[in-house]
Amino acid sequence: MMRHLISAADLTRDDAVLILDTAEEMARVADRPIKKLPTLRGRTVVNLFFEDSTRTRISFEAAEKRLSADVINFSAKGSSVSKGESLKDTAQTLEAMGVDAVVIRHGASGAPYRLATSGWIDAAVINAGDGTHQHPTQALLDAFTMRRRLVGRDAGLGQDLAGKRITIVGDVLHSRVARSNVDLLHTLGAEVTLVAPPTLVPVGVGNWPCEVSYDLDSTLPKSDAVMMLRVQRERMNAAFFPTEREYSRRYGLDGDRMAKMPEHAIVMHPGPMVRGMEITAEVADSGRCTVVEQVANGVSIRMAVLYLLLGGNESAVSQTRTEESK
Amino acid sequence: MSKILIRGAKVLGGEAQDVLIDGETIEAVGTGLSAGGATVIEAEGRILLPGLVDLHTHLREPGREDSETVLTGTRAAAGGGYTAVFAMANTFPVADTAGVVEQVYRLGQEHGYCDVQPIGAVTVGLEGRKLAELGAMHESAAGVTVFSDDGKCVDDAVIMRRALEYVKAFGGVVAQHAQEPRLTEGAQMNEGVVSAELGLGGWPAVAEESIIARDVLLAEHVGSRVHICHLSTAGSVEIVRWAKSRGIDVTAEVTPHHLLLTDELVRSYNPVYKVNPPLRTERDVMALREALADGTIDIVATDHAPHPHEDKDCEWAAAAMGMVGLETALSVVQHTMVETGLLDWAGVADRMSFAPARIGRATGHGRPVSAGEPANLTLVDPAYRGAVDPAGFASRSRNTPYEGRELPGRVTHTFLRGRATLMDGKLA
Repeated sequence: MMRHLISAADLTRDDAVLILDTAEEMARVADRPIKKLPTLRGRTVVNLFFEDSTRTRISFEAAEKRLSADVINFSAKGSSVSKGESLKDTAQTLEAMGVDAVVIRHGASGAPYRLATSGWIDAAVINAGDGTHQHPTQALLDAFTMRRRLVGRDAGLGQDLAGKRITIVGDVLHSRVARSNVDLLHTLGAEVTLVAPPTLVPVGVGNWPCEVSYDLDSTLPKSDAVMMLRVQRERMNAAFFPTEREYSRRYGLDGDRMAKMPEHAIVMHPGPMVRGMEITAEVADSGRCTVVEQVANGVSIRMAVLYLLLGGNESAVSQTRTEESK
Repeated sequence: MSKILIRGAKVLGGEAQDVLIDGETIEAVGTGLSAGGATVIEAEGRILLPGLVDLHTHLREPGREDSETVLTGTRAAAGGGYTAVFAMANTFPVADTAGVVEQVYRLGQEHGYCDVQPIGAVTVGLEGRKLAELGAMHESAAGVTVFSDDGKCVDDAVIMRRALEYVKAFGGVVAQHAQEPRLTEGAQMNEGVVSAELGLGGWPAVAEESIIARDVLLAEHVGSRVHICHLSTAGSVEIVRWAKSRGIDVTAEVTPHHLLLTDELVRSYNPVYKVNPPLRTERDVMALREALADGTIDIVATDHAPHPHEDKDCEWAAAAMGMVGLETALSVVQHTMVETGLLDWAGVADRMSFAPARIGRATGHGRPVSAGEPANLTLVDPAYRGAVDPAGFASRSRNTPYEGRELPGRVTHTFLRGRATLMDGKLA
């Protein structure tokens, strides 16, 4: 296992399957009355958030606490960063306090990579989303959700997503979720199709291991999972599309469109959803929509990642059993 | 001033000859010249070039003396073989008045390492709205002939047209930083395969090419000459080639880094590779080399852009754009153009001295190496091989993309009007 988790593209198939399998073990912990493992006792993890993201931060924090790590939350707002402190100084300050891992969310693409490779600090770095670059734990939790739903909770163990057809719809250009998912899903053997208006697909997408379509309706019948990306209303002002209504009409998922999907196919969304924009309430609240599961799975995935990066080679579960037998 | 005899150097890469300097001028060029009482520099195997001329340097003074001053910048220039540099106008205050250009000019004269020819801003405060007093800057002691808002594009077509017309009155030239501003809002790197993957805002080639196309047509329409700064794309080469074939009075420059580096390096997210215009693709690099060889691109200009360490020791988006270049330019040109067989040393002399001096009307520079000419000379050891070590730079800044990279060639001596500013690799 690697020392940092910066990009979904850095994961091999075996790395990714190991993380998904480990997350299944972690998920079982959540079903117990005492949802805690001693694995990271005495280790300190800082959640270094330069961008507001309550959901991701809470998810990491829950994962860290369930592994018994000491958790420090650092939000750039109101901190020395807002007074002009550099990323380097902030990171070194935190490391001087004895931090073993840094979970970083940053608005600048590449900031976690810089933190991990510039010799500024020695701690493990976990990317919790950087600019429009990567969000690897999101891709992992999405793959975990797909594997559970499309392959099976037990049947999925040790398996990848070979042959599954995944459609990702929306603002690909500005989406780190899309980039991470394309990389990871490709590694796991899935076939990915991106659907978006041409203005929201990056120049250079031709080199990505996926298909690109501008037509949602023709793609839906061939999808095992459809992932809707959030579309920010302000994109409209930069002429990426004419109006919110036109966007919804062409690229939004409503009940009629959902009916075109195969029976078994699921609807996913990384959240937060903009109801009425990319997804209607009817779809968001349907049994095929996995949004809430994705949130729960996020904690398991983040536990798995933290455990594998920091916990060494012992099995998480055997350690748990020892703990329980005491 | 005593005499100096440079013995056995290959003048412009040709036959080995002796060059005798007396005072500020070249007294004789020939074989078997007697030393007399002259200081002798044994130069077998070395190349003697006319002193290099950089049409595009940022000296940062006044205003950003933490990154460079006229003194440190001209020492870097002398170390890189330059005897004249054109200092860009984007200082604080902006060089948009006679007072500021005269100050920069005088500092260059006082320090004496390299002639400093200030470039005047085209518009007041580089804001693109109102013409600066171009005539006053021309008539000042600095004698400005090159005008540029470099760092910013003169994007208003009417302002650009007027500037092109206005400077004709005194033989001036507008040097355009070709960057369509709306197409490059939030731009962080070349737009293409790599930017798509890295999630960095794209700087599309068309943002450069569309401005160049507009400006060569404007220059044709009003009968003016126009110079294109740091041309960086294969498409721009095609437009300039077309314009020249049409007889339009356009000249263009390429930086050393655009002749060597590509946007693949940005994958490191190391801001030392962040520059404007951005590093492009391999295809662009090859087109630029070819264009420099065939004369479509007239000159190499460094776009020497010093920045303090803290402005590069950070995340990509927060970092400043630019690279230092004066002390590595000739080595990069030797590596990319000479050792690839695209250009001989006479060609290097043209692209790095004769042509830039001609475009910028730098009197006394870019002259032939012959008797009676000013002794502005650069002696190069082309056999030298060594890794670039920024610790040895004379520049106040260290933001080089070549740290640790092995590059060929080394300037051993630079003479400014007969006086050695660089002697055996050491600044005088």
